[in-house]
Amino acid sequence: MSKKCQCGEDKICQLDKVIKEHKDMAGALIPVLHKAQKIFGYLPMAVQKQISEGLDISLAEIYGVVTFYSEFSTEPKGKYQINVCLGTACYVKGANDILDQFKKQLKIDVGQTTSDNKFSMNACRCVGACGLAPVVTINEEVYGKLVADDVKEILEKYLD
Amino acid sequence: MHIYSSHVLVCSGTSCTSKKSPELIKKLEEGIKRKKLDEKIQVITTSCFGLCAEGPIVVVYPEGAIYSNVTLNDIDEIINEHLVKGRIVKRLLSGNNEGNNSYESADFFKKQVRIALRNCGVINPEIIEEYIAYDGYQALGKVLTTMTPEQVIDKVLDSGLRGRGGAGFPTGRKWLFAANAKGDKKYVCCNADEGDPGAFMDRSILEGDPHSIIEAMAIAAYGIGSDQGYIYVRAEYPIAVKRLNIAIDQAKELGLLGDKIFGTDFSFNLELRLGAGAFVCGEETALMTSIEGKRGEPRPRPPFPANKGLFQKPTILNNVETLSNIPIIILKGADWFKTIGTKKSPGTKVFAIGGKINNTGLVEIPMGTTLREVIYDIGGGIPNGKKFKAAQTGGPSGGCIPTEHLDVPIEYDTLIELGSMMGSGGLIIMDEDNCMVDIAKFFLEFSVDESCGKCPPCRIGTKRMYGILKRITEGKGEEGDIETLEELAETIQAAALCGLGKTSPNPVLSTLRYFRHEYEEHIVNKKCSAGVCKELLDYIIIPNDCMGCTKCIKVCPTKAITGKIKEPHIIDQEECIKCGACLEACPFGAIIRK
Repeated sequence: MSKKCQCGEDKICQLDKVIKEHKDMAGALIPVLHKAQKIFGYLPMAVQKQISEGLDISLAEIYGVVTFYSEFSTEPKGKYQINVCLGTACYVKGANDILDQFKKQLKIDVGQTTSDNKFSMNACRCVGACGLAPVVTINEEVYGKLVADDVKEILEKYLD
Repeated sequence: MHIYSSHVLVCSGTSCTSKKSPELIKKLEEGIKRKKLDEKIQVITTSCFGLCAEGPIVVVYPEGAIYSNVTLNDIDEIINEHLVKGRIVKRLLSGNNEGNNSYESADFFKKQVRIALRNCGVINPEIIEEYIAYDGYQALGKVLTTMTPEQVIDKVLDSGLRGRGGAGFPTGRKWLFAANAKGDKKYVCCNADEGDPGAFMDRSILEGDPHSIIEAMAIAAYGIGSDQGYIYVRAEYPIAVKRLNIAIDQAKELGLLGDKIFGTDFSFNLELRLGAGAFVCGEETALMTSIEGKRGEPRPRPPFPANKGLFQKPTILNNVETLSNIPIIILKGADWFKTIGTKKSPGTKVFAIGGKINNTGLVEIPMGTTLREVIYDIGGGIPNGKKFKAAQTGGPSGGCIPTEHLDVPIEYDTLIELGSMMGSGGLIIMDEDNCMVDIAKFFLEFSVDESCGKCPPCRIGTKRMYGILKRITEGKGEEGDIETLEELAETIQAAALCGLGKTSPNPVLSTLRYFRHEYEEHIVNKKCSAGVCKELLDYIIIPNDCMGCTKCIKVCPTKAITGKIKEPHIIDQEECIKCGACLEACPFGAIIRK
């Protein structure tokens, strides 16, 4: 059932390649979903359908897996993904105040994306940089030892 | 082989990397080259030294000088003064390390015994030859060429090694069950899904010494008769994933993984599987379900994984830290291992100390060390002169240990007696500014979030408990709430399907055991003396600091503030809705929450 592709570089084609590489692997679904999300940025229904046909797994099962794991998203994410660490070490050092400040500045709640698709915000559980608590990551960048007043300054860096 | 007279070790663990240690390495290498010292001095990228709070860390040998909080601007001074002229840069030295002894003599390291972390901060984890130079893969060689599988399991049994993932099940027994299980195919899995918030010891081992895990898994596979292994690692640990991939490729290239290892008939292949952000996948049956590509929900036991695990085949699952002990036990022997630690819990345990403590970081101590030694001697005590209140161990499955039990030796059984548990090794220190009801609520919120939803006691029970705790912290606690919490906790402990569910009420039960008065204070007096629960605090204007500028009066939505211009204002507590607008508006810091 796999779609024929002539384009060479297009995303659907890339995914087809990934599916083919993993077809005979035991427990291939989650590795394929990881790669698909890397290609598309998120996992819309069309992508799940393509994986369903390629790996011969029912769409219902795939949807079940995608919604079970917090790493997978069915909605597109913002250009900058803010993760506020709410691990224990960060929490006892006031991570909640940092989170509140991000909510206030961006006017979005946890799990939401700003209307200009620039920022998405999530609360995560421990990035393992407890020595820097409280910690926030924005894409690959790590900001540590924060106080609520730092938030505005950090966000300004991304307002190009 | 080229011999260098000095070595500069730079940490590239997650914490130091996020504080720009890769740029330090680049600048060091360039500077050393410019001074034409690159024939004499080698820069080595290592992993975690454990001193995460003071990162980035640079250690210069042979002097053993530990430089902390090193910035790009310090590099020239280190090169010009230390490396060229041999004068230690005192202002950059960490703590009371004089810089002329080995770094083991610094306070932070004195009481530590590094077995699981033996290579962390010593070797470059991306070069297999460095691991081999530190006796790496010798244990595997010994096992394959001189020992039978039974002897391997006997040795692990004899060492008394217990699972470092938290529950403390004897590792050798686990292996024996799987070895005795009938099956044409068996699996060895490594649990690197370190999900407890505040625990990062497994990540540091994976980042700092990935080959020790590969070697240990191969030894386990030989012991139980398996030829396939899986490492299930958190996707949130990109550096660990990268180094594991490099290590697996290197081991394959040298024939230490794959077919006919060391020229014997033993074959072993290893695959990496990435988690996808589900805490429950740290539970053994859920982890296996997840490797199978399904929703990571736990399965009822029995059948136990040793008989029917991954893909319904006999499987063993060991935690990262447990595995890192294996090669050294094989080489040095069970008797040596038993000389460290206590009789019931031999060996060491790695803790990630965090929270309100001076030396945040990673420490490895012999079992039986007291909490007081860890917190005050190694951890350097509580910052800002505050008073210690409790230590939390075991993450969302554990509990809080109060001051009166600081002198209890740390081992599996004593911690359980105290109503906590070893857990994977997160140790969060709390001071007088932390509210224990709020901490219990925090962990319950975590459990509600992460409950997989399969069994009702956990799915519904934790949610109800969280609801009650939330009410209490909002000043809406009622008489009988504590009893309801206890009843719910008992039911969940008895009826939940998996270990994570069964232990989820522990944070509430242990805080109730030691800090019941705080619950009562919240419920009866509607007060939070730690000053954390916002709804229970009063906003007060300090008359001496108030200039009477009327800014707070203008922003107050309920007109609760009164006062004349240039005279101290007053907040009417009856009218105040505790929105905090006045506190933000006051330019003189005259409004406080109490």
